Amino acid sequence: MSLKRRDFVKLCSGTVAGFGISQMFHPGLVKALEAATEPGRPPVVWMQGNGCTGCSVSILNSVNPSIADVVLKVISLESQETLSAAEGAVAVDHMLDIAERFKGKFYYISEGALPTAEDGRFCTIGVDSKGKEYTVLEMAKILGANAAACVAVGACATGGGIPGSKGNVTGCVPLHKYLESQGIKTPVINITGCPPHPDWMIGTLVHVLTKGIPELDAQNRPKMFFGKNIHDNCPFLPYFEKNIRQKNFNDKKTEACRADMGCKGPLTGADCFSRKWNNGTNWCVENAICIGCAEIDWPDAFSPLYSPVA
Amino acid sequence: MATNEAYSAPEAGGKVKISVDPLTRIEGHLKIEVTVENGKVVDAVSSGTMFRGFEQILIGRDPRDASQITQRICGVCPTAHATASTRALDDAFGVKDKITTNGRLARNLIFGSNYLQSHILHFYHLAALDYVKGPETAFFIPRYAKPDLRLPEDINKVAVDQYVKALTIRAQCHELVCMFGGKMPHVAGIVVGGATEVPTKEKLALYLAKFKDVEEFITKEYIPTVYLVGTVYKDLFSCGAGWKNCVSYGVFPMDDKNSKFLLKPGAYVDGKDVPLDTAEIKEYVKYSWYDPSCSNLHPSKGKTVIDLKKKGAYSFVKAPRYMGKPCEGGPLARMWVANPDLSPIGVKELKDKYGIKAKKFRDLGDLAWSIMGRHVARAEETYIVMNAVKDWLKEIKPGKETIVPAPVPASGEGMGLTEAPRGALLHYVNIKDSKIANYQAVPATIWNCSPRDDMDQMGPVEKCLIGVPVPDIKNPVNVGRLVRAFDP
Repeated sequence: MSLKRRDFVKLCSGTVAGFGISQMFHPGLVKALEAATEPGRPPVVWMQGNGCTGCSVSILNSVNPSIADVVLKVISLESQETLSAAEGAVAVDHMLDIAERFKGKFYYISEGALPTAEDGRFCTIGVDSKGKEYTVLEMAKILGANAAACVAVGACATGGGIPGSKGNVTGCVPLHKYLESQGIKTPVINITGCPPHPDWMIGTLVHVLTKGIPELDAQNRPKMFFGKNIHDNCPFLPYFEKNIRQKNFNDKKTEACRADMGCKGPLTGADCFSRKWNNGTNWCVENAICIGCAEIDWPDAFSPLYSPVA
Repeated sequence: MATNEAYSAPEAGGKVKISVDPLTRIEGHLKIEVTVENGKVVDAVSSGTMFRGFEQILIGRDPRDASQITQRICGVCPTAHATASTRALDDAFGVKDKITTNGRLARNLIFGSNYLQSHILHFYHLAALDYVKGPETAFFIPRYAKPDLRLPEDINKVAVDQYVKALTIRAQCHELVCMFGGKMPHVAGIVVGGATEVPTKEKLALYLAKFKDVEEFITKEYIPTVYLVGTVYKDLFSCGAGWKNCVSYGVFPMDDKNSKFLLKPGAYVDGKDVPLDTAEIKEYVKYSWYDPSCSNLHPSKGKTVIDLKKKGAYSFVKAPRYMGKPCEGGPLARMWVANPDLSPIGVKELKDKYGIKAKKFRDLGDLAWSIMGRHVARAEETYIVMNAVKDWLKEIKPGKETIVPAPVPASGEGMGLTEAPRGALLHYVNIKDSKIANYQAVPATIWNCSPRDDMDQMGPVEKCLIGVPVPDIKNPVNVGRLVRAFDP
């Protein structure tokens, strides 16, 4: 059922436009490629904390490759709460088993923020067959410490997102901050976005599996997806330069720059301007405005969302 | 191969307490504990084990941000929260009677296509593995050692093929949402005052063209398969009745006055139809981790103050009640209240495969109030929403205005009611000094998965679990089946 490497790369050709940039190899990753439940299918454990499942739903929207091909031919998705047949202690025991059996050889994909207040009481994720209850923090520690690499997906897991924003009482933090606080040095790649585009998640996974960790920016986001500024590459940039602005959503003048309506394109790095969303159907700026969801300090640094950038 | 080890030894009298934690293939974090005696559930506890605090996080923010932030309550139904939030903001901003016809229709098109996505995702990718044997590979294994999967091999293979095809179909539904929503999950296109994008003739033609695959799948595969699976699991039509109370706020406004809905508002309490009166909605927190001062409050007076040390509390979910009674929400509730005609497919399947002569939804009687009945209700509702989407595509006018000006008021109050795919959804906003002073969200699953209330009445899922057969405590498959029928 698994693929030869070149077929695998061909399968992902639509996703990884921008492949072939310099990469860094992490020793554990080579091991991960070798150790698998079946030859060529590295084990992956996906766990959600304080999130909304939007990242899981978004990754299901992958077109090239299809999510079916990814989970049946590319990776061995051992645990994913939204999809897994297993429930209860069967599910929890399996996460622990994978972390132990494939120590240093599996990938931990983290969705949702981690609530550090009250000893993690704001999110418990299950009970094992011995009757031990796990907070998401306890399980994140086990998975983080034992994984070859971690991929944090979505605003919550990369920057705290809405659960970590002003007014929260849960002490929600992103994965990298939590692992740092526990002295865990496993590398963490951040795929921002609320939610991330499926291509960003699958493209990064493909790169990690075949070439190692891609080139990352200062927030540890893959430059191949987040390296270009939306405003600088916006199709409406010529209108900005001519000061032709859409004043509000009632303004019929839609062939215009959206800056006055609060568009956060100038502050945001993501390739939505070319990749678009949902199989190239549309994107936020064409339809409304960019609210900056792909930046690591979203939403607080971008609020009010509909107020113009100063 | 694995089992759910019951970690509590059998108590005196032969009662065993078992826990399913996590209850997977839902949205969010849920723990279910049942007490089993003589092979049946005699007590049940439904516990929401995660808290984020949107209501606290929203305080002090620009009111317009609410419809973006509250979408992130749920990544499966953000369009429902966008709808409830903008309806509350429309109310507070004083524009709810000014929404244009095109704005209403654009919102319906965005919201409607996600209903189709959500229901397809639910049956195939959340519920199906309780009934269908997936391939012998992760994540379809591990599963229970004795999973009670009864489909004959040839039918099982068709079901697995449909599971895979459904992944593409639901992604295509998201493309439809995206056409006027901008992106999905979490749309840009629903805002206070209407929808941001005026449809063009070309886009409407493209929407209709993309819709054909979805319609074909719903009518030729999804709906018939639900009825087929039902024939193999017929026993699941006779358990899971619960309180048999339900409430619907109404969804998909069919006129500009909000007087007519595709699926109408109403409640059914203690065997009687009652008109919807939002004053009858109260939230209770006796068994929830909130300060007692948060209890017995209408959402417009709602408070969210955490108390983790509270004795007796077992859930982050508050207990909403209607007329003081636990009521369920979702497709069963909406279809029961509205009592529409069944689909032609449904009428035929019920006659040919079940020997039942049924024309309208309530003709199903007690069969509807069951594990399988809730799946049938969802499939039948999908047919109705599918046809409505086609009508809205014809009704919406290219080039006509979809939004009205809606400046932020200094103060205001608003309530927005709608129906998420999984049930009644309410958002309340109170604005002072042009900022959010109070925001309360009462989502669908709060109704269904609620704990006991101040009157000690079980929540709907807890009550529905009573009497559910669990003949094998190491493989308690019917617990998950019951809970997942609600699509939490």
